[in-house]
Amino acid sequence: MKKYLWSCFAVLFALTSMVARAQSEEEIRKKVVEDLKPWIEQEVQRRVKEAVEAARANEPASLPPPAATTTQPSSPSQPITLVKAGSAYMNVSFGLLADLGWSTASDVRMIQQGDHDPAQRGFTVPNAEIAFDGAVDPYFRGFANIVLKLDEESETTIELEEAFLLTTSLPWNLQAKAGQFFTEFGRQNPQHPHAWAFVDQPLVNNRMFGPEGLRNPGMRISWLAPTPFYTELMLAVLNGNGGTAFSFRNPEDTFGRTPVERALRSLGDLLYVPRVTSSFELSDTQTLLLGASAAFGPNDSGANTRTQIYGVDVFWKWKSAVAHGGFPFVSWQTEAMYRDYEAGADPTVPLPAETFHDWGFYSQVLYGFRLGWVAGLRGEFVSGNTGEDRTRIAPNVTWYPSEFSKLRLQYNYDHGQVFGNEHSVWMQLEFLLGAHAAHKF
Amino acid sequence: MNLKSIALFALLAPAVAHAKLNVVATTPDLAAIARAVGGDNVDVVSLAKPTEDTHFVDPKPSFVVKLARADVLIEGGAELEIGWLPPLLEGARNAKLVRVAIAPGVQLLEVPVALDRSKGDVHASGNPHFMTDPVNGKIAAQRIAEALAKTDAKNTGTYDGNLTKFNERVDAKMLEWQKLVAPVAGRRVVAYHNTWLYFASRFGLKIDLFLEPKPGIPPTPASLAAVISRMKAEHLRVVIVEPYQNRKTAETVAAETGATVVPVTQYPGGVKGTEAGYVEMMDYLVNALAKELAK
Repeated sequence: MKKYLWSCFAVLFALTSMVARAQSEEEIRKKVVEDLKPWIEQEVQRRVKEAVEAARANEPASLPPPAATTTQPSSPSQPITLVKAGSAYMNVSFGLLADLGWSTASDVRMIQQGDHDPAQRGFTVPNAEIAFDGAVDPYFRGFANIVLKLDEESETTIELEEAFLLTTSLPWNLQAKAGQFFTEFGRQNPQHPHAWAFVDQPLVNNRMFGPEGLRNPGMRISWLAPTPFYTELMLAVLNGNGGTAFSFRNPEDTFGRTPVERALRSLGDLLYVPRVTSSFELSDTQTLLLGASAAFGPNDSGANTRTQIYGVDVFWKWKSAVAHGGFPFVSWQTEAMYRDYEAGADPTVPLPAETFHDWGFYSQVLYGFRLGWVAGLRGEFVSGNTGEDRTRIAPNVTWYPSEFSKLRLQYNYDHGQVFGNEHSVWMQLEFLLGAHAAHKF
Repeated sequence: MNLKSIALFALLAPAVAHAKLNVVATTPDLAAIARAVGGDNVDVVSLAKPTEDTHFVDPKPSFVVKLARADVLIEGGAELEIGWLPPLLEGARNAKLVRVAIAPGVQLLEVPVALDRSKGDVHASGNPHFMTDPVNGKIAAQRIAEALAKTDAKNTGTYDGNLTKFNERVDAKMLEWQKLVAPVAGRRVVAYHNTWLYFASRFGLKIDLFLEPKPGIPPTPASLAAVISRMKAEHLRVVIVEPYQNRKTAETVAAETGATVVPVTQYPGGVKGTEAGYVEMMDYLVNALAKELAK
């Protein structure tokens, strides 16, 4: 009995060990095949490609098989590319602006009032921008810009700079935009900081639209006129409240008056921003763009007070007929704005009812003198009742190592009626990851 | 002319003007082929100039107007126009526009396995300069004829006929071109930028040495020195340069190596003698290179 049991054991042992070996052999085979798979697929692809090319070379004047497409079969040997034009539902990008510099003004914020300007001696990170865009459906495109920035205390603040829909198929040359967006007033206001030609905002934009620029929830309708040259008419209707509607229903800045927080009572209390722009081809290499804008809305300094802002802008550009990478070019851009701000009477302070007149302009020339290099010069002046007269002259030079990065050096000479003269030197660095959004003209 | 006939004319004039299809092509090569295929039934304009770098065209407002009034848009695709066409289309708001891209019908080369911008400005969909291979020119003609027929069905016969004529012309020329390049097959040509891959593989040349160290990155003294020493070692005699590229850099390299600079273009009208059309441009390219290499 014992002997029988033993032999049973022996047979069992032999059997199990055989199975085990067979199993492990099978596993190894599987693993080898698995390991070779990517190589095989690659090899197959290579040979197919060679065969197709050889066939084409033998029969050069005939069409290749129509099957040739650009989409590659997914295979383990090919990494999955996430951000590739047309292969994802939206483009995603991240851009960073960082400033470094020194100013004779110890309080840099006094002379650099823009929200995305260099804010202090040393380093500033005024703009880290996450951007999304894509087709929503056959009727809309969607855009969003979320901006993070570090303030002077290195605290991170976040803002929904833009988030809007744009229609793609309205009839009669119409187009609507709805959401939160940079309002099309002039040329500088709708630009994102990374597209600016200087490290800072023009003074006149600060005076009229405050540190953050004019961008507010609302909608905009635009009409492309059937003229032989380009003419576009736009009308934006916005809520017009808060810091991003600086001269309007903005309780933060009422020039000394106790803010009257005005709720919307009628359509007349909304902010209206009309704009008209026309463009002409002066020659094969020269383009001129003219624009006029206005903004009308109530302000918070009184119960019935209103603000009117008017602006005109000119943009001219010459680009060589043999431009390489967009260079060389010369462009000239000038904007002028005028504001009437009706301030209410405030007996508690006390302050009378009065109308503040402010105006200002900037004019800038950019010269793209060689591939990747741009020299710029901007001169500006602001004047009026709500702030001191200021002048700024700023030459700069920008180097674009590629489309995705830039280095900028700028000198600012600032003169103020009250603060006198200040000198600043700023360096700016930008990089961009992901899809590069095409720039507008 | 009495008042009535003036009124009638005013009413009819837009209809007559509309009889022709408005075709916009992003680049002059596509425009030339569209003219060949569309014949008298189409008005064709090109947005890019033949002499400029088509990666960086300014999205001028006048282009918005052209696109707003166009029936058909012909684009290369493969990201060639990615930096300037999207804002134009956005501004044009033309929902009726028939868009045809050529790249999806073409076997694109140099499709990157991984996207890595440290290698320069590489296109995710592959090298977009495919039109310098006449076989791809025929594919473009085919796709353009299809788009025109789709938009203007009553003239399908004309477009088909023009397409056949174009193809026959290319086929006949192709035999001539193959004969011309046969004696110089396998020779290496130096280029400024990697735009000649399709041309080279069609005509059995090697155009794989560039003055640019990486696509879109300007030449540096070090990168040029490397090119010069390789040119000397391999006795390379021809440097090709496109209208918008820095000819001075090419001349310097050529002078250093005893090579000759041959002006080339991807677009009809980019170099003198190529204005007449796509076939004429190809003819110029093959002849100029074959002649210079045979010296």
